[in-house]
Amino acid sequence: MSSASVHSHHGHGAAASANDHAHGHHDTGVTTTLGFWIYLMSDCLIFCVLFATFGVLVQNTAGGPTGRELFELPFVLGETMLLLLSSFTFGLASLSMRPGNEAIVQRWLWVTFALGAAFVAMEVYEFSALLHEGAGPGRSAFLSAFFTLVGTHGLHVTCGLLWLVVMIHQIGRFGFDAVVRRRLQCLSLFWHFLDLVWICVFTFVYLREFV
Amino acid sequence: MTSAQVHDHAAYASQSHLRDYVIGFFLSLVLTFASFGAVMLKLVPAGMGLVTIVVLCVAQLVVQLVYFLHIGAKRSQRQNSVIFLCTAGLIAIIVAGSLWVMHNANTNMMPTHMSIERAKLRD
Repeated sequence: MSSASVHSHHGHGAAASANDHAHGHHDTGVTTTLGFWIYLMSDCLIFCVLFATFGVLVQNTAGGPTGRELFELPFVLGETMLLLLSSFTFGLASLSMRPGNEAIVQRWLWVTFALGAAFVAMEVYEFSALLHEGAGPGRSAFLSAFFTLVGTHGLHVTCGLLWLVVMIHQIGRFGFDAVVRRRLQCLSLFWHFLDLVWICVFTFVYLREFV
Repeated sequence: MTSAQVHDHAAYASQSHLRDYVIGFFLSLVLTFASFGAVMLKLVPAGMGLVTIVVLCVAQLVVQLVYFLHIGAKRSQRQNSVIFLCTAGLIAIIVAGSLWVMHNANTNMMPTHMSIERAKLRD
């Protein structure tokens, strides 16, 4: 089956279904997005508890290194830029989401993936450097809380990367049918949400050590 | 624009425009540099540092919520906005409560005459 035929077929199908679904099935899509939003809020609470734990334990360095001695702000600024840029490129991907634009959206999603992967690579590098210095999660309560909080965020980004690859494949396979559009909307919320969490991380974990 | 295009537009890009993302990105960029600049270049007087970065953090959260996550008072956004506000309330209670309670516990119940070394010896 040629991709062009799949393409035009889906193009017509989607346009027609957009007409039909305006009143009928449109509801289920909205409900799914709302449900995903509620999931994000519960995820928010996980991070909230980790931030609270970090806030309580941040002084308890048990005679070990403090954040001030360990963190390098230019490095963190680099990570922040990568994640912010990736949020923007995801925005560009979702803006070009209409039939016929599959290749463009896929390209923006690959750019987003590359930026996210670079972020994760930087974080892995930072963690391995800390472990190498003997400042692993077992060193002090502060470092346990640090690795748990930042690591949980990194794990979320990694899951987001996996989801991105799956969605890029699904766009190629199915085009922009209702299901793919809805999934991309959910992924978009997820990805922007991770950037939001990172704003709190760089403010309260990294910058706070140096004020 | 033909009617088909109008329809496409409504169906596929219902809530967002390029302008939103550009404004959001630009403001986030400015706020991020302001945060890092304030700390790295010591642009704010001592004692004001924490307040400054918290304010900049909240400002950037609001910017991204509005421009990237499309939170707002419009009818289509209201449900998400209300759920978010509830969550924000919960977050405030959990974080502020934890810090408050644990700070009190630390100052009032910590055995002050014990060094880390002695504490380690006693286990």
